[in-house]
Amino acid sequence: MKKKELIFITSILAAALLLWGVMFLLRKGDYGSVRITVNGEEYGTYSLSQDQVISIGETNVCEIRDGQIKMTEADCPDHLCIKQKAVGSSGGTIVCLPNKVVIEGVKAAGSEDISSEFDTAV
Amino acid sequence: MNHKKTAYLGLFAAIAIIFGYVESLIPFFAGIPGMKLGLANLAVLFILEKYSWKEAALVSTVRILVIGFLFGNMFSILYSLAGAALSLTVMTLMKRFSSFSILGVSVAGGVSHNIGQLIVASLIVENTSLLYYAPVLLISGVATGLLIGFLTGEITKRIRL
Repeated sequence: MKKKELIFITSILAAALLLWGVMFLLRKGDYGSVRITVNGEEYGTYSLSQDQVISIGETNVCEIRDGQIKMTEADCPDHLCIKQKAVGSSGGTIVCLPNKVVIEGVKAAGSEDISSEFDTAV
Repeated sequence: MNHKKTAYLGLFAAIAIIFGYVESLIPFFAGIPGMKLGLANLAVLFILEKYSWKEAALVSTVRILVIGFLFGNMFSILYSLAGAALSLTVMTLMKRFSSFSILGVSVAGGVSHNIGQLIVASLIVENTSLLYYAPVLLISGVATGLLIGFLTGEITKRIRL
């Protein structure tokens, strides 16, 4: 490998680490709830402290249990969203690309969500 | 295009499709969407080395369409095309205008592939929170780029067309 290539590769890695650091600082905090968006539009915000099963449209089902949310069902062929890491108090994102569903942690602001009419029975 | 070349390109397209299938069987996932080994890029990079970007683009497109219709859907095709197009463009430019060896070219391709897919994915779900995956995808692009570049280099040395 040439010296130029080594510099190129090192600078990509350095940029990635720097970006990582910045994002880590930006995202630090206590995440108390999650926001679910479908097609870029908000579907609902749910508290992580309340165990429940949420069906997102007719395509996906996610479950909040023990302060964490996981995607449990999806009608897409690859099921990548089900394998993604649960979103808990340290935040994170779960994405289902084919159905355009995004679940993301929202920092706790002390306010409870009032969107319970969207919930389905457990 | 002579007959020999047509036959070779068909062969490489078949190899790329099989690589794509094999890759879908490997659970190389680690909780990050879009993290893949990029085995199919082995064939594309090899063609780029032996022929030119035109042949590589042809094989790449055939592969994505076939894999997409067999195992994916409209989204996965769109998504793969974006990554492959950006990656091939960057690799072609790098090959022509930089003094990089196949390793550097492959790393540039891997990284730009991941960036392209991430951008398309963000546009599709209309949500910027996906960009949080950028650092991990940059690093995985470098790692898989190095591996694929090394393998393609070894194969290029051994196979004469």
